[in-house]
Order: sequence, then structure tokens, then C-alpha cells
Amino acid sequence: MSTILVTHRDDLASKTGMWLFLFTEMLLFGGLFIVYSVYRYRNPVSFHLAAKELSVFIGTLNTIILLVSSTTIAMSITAIQKKNKKLALLLLGTTVILGIAFLVNKYFEWGEHIKEHIYPGSSVLALRGHGDVLFYGLYFFMTGLHALHIIIGLVFILVIATSVYRNKINSENYVLLENSGLYWHLVDLIWIFLFPLFYLIT
Amino acid sequence: MENEKNHIIPYKTFLYVLAGLIALTLTSVTLTQISLGTLTVTIALIIAAIKSSFVLRIFMHLKFENKMFSRAVIGVILLLCAVITITLLDYLNR
Amino acid sequence: MSTQIGFEQPSYLEYKGKYKGIFSWILSTDHKRIAILYLFSLLSFFAIGATLGLLMKIELIAPGKTIMTAQTYNAFFTLHGIIMIFAVVIPGLPAVFGNFFLPIMIGAKDVAFPKLNLLSWYFYVTGVSLVLISQFTGQGPPDTGWTFYAPYSFRTTGNMLPAVFGAFVLGFSSILTGLNFLVTIHRMRAPGMTWMRMPLFPWTLYATGWVQLLATPIIGITLLMIIAERTLHIGFFDPTLGGDPLLYQHLFWTYSHPAVYIMILPAMGAISEIIPTFCHKTIFGYKFIVASSIAIAFVGYFIWGHHMFTSGMSGTALYTFSLLTFIVAIPSAVKVFNWISTMHKASIDLQTPFFWAVGFLFVFMIGGFSGLILGSLATDIHLHNTHFVVAHFHFIVFGGTGYAFFGAMHYWYPKITGKMYDSRWANTGLVIFFAGFITLYGEMFFLGMKGMPRRYYDYDEIFHTGNIFSSLGAIVMYFGLAVIILNLISSLRNGAKAPADPWGGKTLEWTIPSPPPTENFEEIPVVTKGPYDYK
Repeated sequence: MSTILVTHRDDLASKTGMWLFLFTEMLLFGGLFIVYSVYRYRNPVSFHLAAKELSVFIGTLNTIILLVSSTTIAMSITAIQKKNKKLALLLLGTTVILGIAFLVNKYFEWGEHIKEHIYPGSSVLALRGHGDVLFYGLYFFMTGLHALHIIIGLVFILVIATSVYRNKINSENYVLLENSGLYWHLVDLIWIFLFPLFYLIT
Repeated sequence: MENEKNHIIPYKTFLYVLAGLIALTLTSVTLTQISLGTLTVTIALIIAAIKSSFVLRIFMHLKFENKMFSRAVIGVILLLCAVITITLLDYLNR
Repeated sequence: MSTQIGFEQPSYLEYKGKYKGIFSWILSTDHKRIAILYLFSLLSFFAIGATLGLLMKIELIAPGKTIMTAQTYNAFFTLHGIIMIFAVVIPGLPAVFGNFFLPIMIGAKDVAFPKLNLLSWYFYVTGVSLVLISQFTGQGPPDTGWTFYAPYSFRTTGNMLPAVFGAFVLGFSSILTGLNFLVTIHRMRAPGMTWMRMPLFPWTLYATGWVQLLATPIIGITLLMIIAERTLHIGFFDPTLGGDPLLYQHLFWTYSHPAVYIMILPAMGAISEIIPTFCHKTIFGYKFIVASSIAIAFVGYFIWGHHMFTSGMSGTALYTFSLLTFIVAIPSAVKVFNWISTMHKASIDLQTPFFWAVGFLFVFMIGGFSGLILGSLATDIHLHNTHFVVAHFHFIVFGGTGYAFFGAMHYWYPKITGKMYDSRWANTGLVIFFAGFITLYGEMFFLGMKGMPRRYYDYDEIFHTGNIFSSLGAIVMYFGLAVIILNLISSLRNGAKAPADPWGGKTLEWTIPSPPPTENFEEIPVVTKGPYDYK
């Protein structure tokens, strides 16, 4: 016995479900923002000094990468609505490439720190003092969790792109494309807050 | 409730919003390089909030959806702020 | 046998679809079958948790070692808590009765996302399995208590990772259920069923859905932080690295306090269904009960610190949390007043579900009042971490959610199974259970006031007599539980055939056959009246 017969498609239900899921993601990261607030309050100087060690250039570049990628996926919906399948696929592909670029930047950024033995649990980090331990702990945990969500988002977008290619998603039925866009925008939103809190508190 | 099905956002709109978002990003970077003391973070966060509202309202379509969605988003944000505030009530007064 | 006059469809129990045998159950996306899957797994886990509890009480019947070592006792109360909280009372009414009856009570054929519904059950079973696995692998079962407090939770050699991760997975189950119910209620109410014509059980599932959705992620991330602490030594809660163990408590209770409203709101919803039916009278103050459900869910987010009064929080935090805790009692009191007012001058049909509802009122009130005593700063200093707290939460959670669960079980048994249970055994079981319950937990109030700590394997001789009473109560209660459950099981075979509406209920589930057909309704009903339209 499989699914109950659904007599009509309810796009609004689908979209509502996606928004509710986004709320859970907001609260998930929200818990980490709670931790950040407390430890920033308790270690203002260390956080300020540690933030200077991050590359504002890469951070800004990554911020712009995500903003552009949000634009391209939003535009892909317009493309589908206008029955321009080629453009939609191009825009989705661009979104994915930008997402990968973000991850590549992150990889190099993290690599720099790890080379200096700055990572959660390292004795070098522990020697630098409580504030640094907490700053970098939060930095790796929050950007790591964020990167995980980027990976999930990219997989989601690739699956959706396949459906677009196969015409399963089209100008009459594109709620799943909208939902993947919503998820991607959330990933962008989280970074919009992570960026100043880690890179700009100098 | 399906009015957004007919509503297509022009490509240009997205590009204008992107331009605005990049401008705001560069502004916040520049402003925070100037040392403004404790105000620095506040300004950065305010700019982040403005950027978010663009992403939410245009990219995520909230401006054109049923008001129920916007109210829920605001509610969740307020809830998070309340929890952070109450938690800090402990730390600020120890 | 399952079809009624005019109805050609087989019941959901007999439906033959794509899969056969056990697969037709564990691969089914029919909300009613998923509810039964939850029911069986939940009752099995409850049996494990209850047995652990009984063994703990046997250990405590005398000071010193009775039947187990101290380490085993610590592992037992940890597992007892994890199972009862995360696997029994949080899923509890929503997963079983919400899944079965929400679509029916609002006139729908299923929930909004039937496949996600089945996925939530898979997460549930996976999560609990991980918790149980933690008992048998690694360097010994977890011994931190279900609250996993830092720093012990990342210092103990106990096998924390599977247990903590299991709880994390269970969180997904809860979130998916809440999400599904919220969308279902928003989008799938039958024509004519406005919000204010929706019955009260769905209303409480709605309020609960928001709590499941918005509070659970906080414990999700907190458990991930514990895992990061144990595996990566990240330092968030480790004082030697700059972390604050108290922050763990804040994060933990920011979820776990709203969680108790996940436990109690659907219970209150079930009671709000049972009372009008057996009073043959519309519920008193429908709008106030709706408003108070929402108020409880809302205010409940902001009072978590009352679990932390002696932890070292600031004075400002202490006063704020105490005040807000008192405020949340008000909407609960409104409900109790409304329930009792419904009974006033009503023509009451004295059946088992009604007895459970009355029992609920009694024990919930005791639990609630004891909560006010704990919510008061000065008295809490004396009572925190004593058996008074253990009594409080068993009265309000076991008494509240538990009694409502048993009441709902008997109320909806005819609809779910198509049989009537044996009411003499049901009532006998209830009386035995109740006597045991009051003795077991009532005595704990006195033990706590005298100073007996909780989670202690051993105790001073002055507490001995009280413990004997309490432990004997446990044995009686356990026996009562057995009578109740065995009666329900045996009635599956021996019970009389149940009509569509054995109690004279007015909500939509009583208009369809017992047991219901797979698609619930032959035609989606059009609703023109409020839900409790008696006379």
C-alpha cells in the first residue's frame, strides 16, 4: 500500500512545508548565534584580535559569490516561468559553479589555519588563551556547518536541474525549483550574518 | 492564494537588487575598517539586516506572497532575538 | 465485518495494496497505519522504560546495595529518562493519536506529506535503536542522566556518542511530525471547517507543531556541540578551555522546557475531546481553550531558567524566570476551570475514558501546584534536585501525558480496532494503577521535603520508611499497568464489535466506520457547525 490518492497538487502546501523547514534551519544556526553572543560578550578583546587574522578579502569575495549565486537561482525561476529552459539550466549551472567556488575558497582558508595548527582541539590553539579557543571553535563549527549546508544545497539544485532537463519541472509546475531556491537563499542569509560576525568585528 | 503564479519578477529586478547587495557589502567592509569602537559591529549588523530583507523580500518572494509568510518569518526572528536577550540577561548581570 | 451499510471500502487494517505482510505496514504511507506503527514501537519502548523504573525502585527499597551496583543505577536512571522523555512522552499523543485522528477530525484523507510521515517513523526507530545500542558498546552505558550536563557528559567514559546522536535523530522525527501537522491543518481542513470550527485536539496539535518546529533544532545543535566537545575538544562547555558549563544548561533547557509543552498540550487536547463527549455537553469556553493553548506554547519558550535556579545564574535571570514561570500557570488554570465547568450540570456517562480524564485533572493539578512551589525561588533552593522534583514531574508528565494517553487509548480504541474493550477490567486496572501511582509518587514529595536527593543510589536511614512505601507503590502501579495493557490486547480478540459511534461523540471520526476505511471518507464532508454540537 503506497501513497493515498492525492486528487490535486497543492503547491502552496509544498511551499509552506519548505518555509517551515527553513525555520528549523534558522533556529539550528540560531543556537550557535546564542553561543557566539555569550562568548563574544565575555571575550571582546580576543574576538576582536582573532578576527583580524581572517582574510577580509576572501570573506568579501565569498560573500559576493553567494550573493551572485542567489541572483542566478532566483533568475532561473523567471526563466522557467518564461519557458526558457536553456537559460534556466544555464543559470542553475552557474549557481552550482559559484557554490563550488565558495567551497574551494573555504578549503584554502581553513587550510591556512590548519597549517598553523589552529583548529578545534589543537594544543597550539589552547595555549593562545580562552578567547581564541572559543573564537576559532565557533569559526570552524559555524562555517563548517554552513559549508555542509552548501553541499546539501548543491546536491538539491543538481537534482532539480535534472528534473528541469527532463521537463518534469516546467512553466506549469515549478514549485520544487522555487523550494530549492528558498533553501539556497537561506544558505546565503546565514552567510550574510556569519561574514560580519567573524570577519568585520575588527 | 495563487496570485504569485502569475507574477513573474523581471531579470533586471534581480540584477538591480544584486548591485544593491554588493554595494551594501562593500560599504560594510569599508566602514568596519574605520575604527568606530563598539558602534562598528552594530553598523555591520544593521547592514546585514538590510541585505537580509532584500534577499527575503525579493529573492525569496516574501513581498509577493500571502502576508502570513512574512509574519511567520518576523515571528521566528523575534523569537530568536528574545531567547538571545534572555540568555544574555544572565551573563550581563553576573 | 469491517464494512458498514453503504460502505464498500475495506478497512485500513484489511486494505490490500502493493506490498504484502509486514511490508504492507512498514512501507505504508497511510497515516492510520503509521499511527499503529508508532503505537507498537512506543509501547515497547515504554515497557523497557517502565521496567527500568521498577528495577530502580526495587533498588531504592532499602539503603545501600539491594540488587545493583551504583554505576548500574546511574546507567538505569539515564536510560529510563532518555526513553521516557524522547521516545515515549514527546512523540506520545501526536505520533499515535495525532497521526491517526488529525486528518479524520479535520475531514481530510491523509496528512499533507504522507511520505515524510513514514520517514518520521523511520527516524524514530533509528534514534531509539542508537540509544539502546549505547548500552552494549563502548566502555559502558551512559551515566549522565538524560540531561547530559556538561562537563561530565564530555568527560565520562560512558558511551555517550550513540546515545547523544540517537537523541539528535529523534529530534528529526519530532520536527517532521510537527511540520506535517502544521501544513495539514493549514491546507487540508474540510470545506466549511473554519479555524473556529476545528475541534480542540487538532488545535493543540497545531500549537504543539510550532513548538516541535521551533524548539527542537536548539537541542539538535546543542547535542552536536556535545559531540564536538567529546570528539574535537572544541571548548564550548569546557571551563579549562574558556567554555561555560552553564551555557550548556541554558541551551539544553531552551528546548527541554518547551518540550514539556509538546508533552502536555496534545494531552490537554485529548482531555478536551473526552470531557464533552461523556458529558454530552459542548465544551465550556471553546475560544478560551484555544487561546490558552496558544498562550501556553508561547510563554513556555521564555521560562527555561527555572530548571537552573541553583546553578549560579544572575539575580536578574532568577527573578525574570520565576515571574514568567508563574505567568504560564494562568492559561493552564483557565483550561482546568473550563473542563470542570463543562461537567457542571452535565448528564455524565461514567465510562473508562472519563475516569482517566478525572484522574488527569486530579494528578495534573497536584503536579501543577508543586510546580509553583518549585517556581518560587526561595522554596526551590531547598527542593532543587530532591525527590520533590521527581514527584513533580512524574505527577505532571506521567500524570498529565500518561493519563491522557490511556484515556485517549480507551476513548478511541473502538474506532482504531473496531472492537470494544472490556470495561470492567479496564476500570479495575485503572484503580490499581491509580492507587500505585499516588503511593509511589506522592510519597516522593515528603521524601524530597525531608531532603532526600534525586539520582542518588544510596540514602540516609531516615528516608527508609518512605522509600518502602514508594517502592511498594511502584510494584502495585506496574501491576495495574499490566492489567490495563493486557486487557486492551485481549479485547482485540475477544471484544464486542464496535459501532461507528459508541459514545455519542460529535466530532468527525465518529461519522465513519469502526475501523475506518483507508481513505477515511467516502466523500469529504462539508462542515456547517462547531465541533461539539450537542442538543
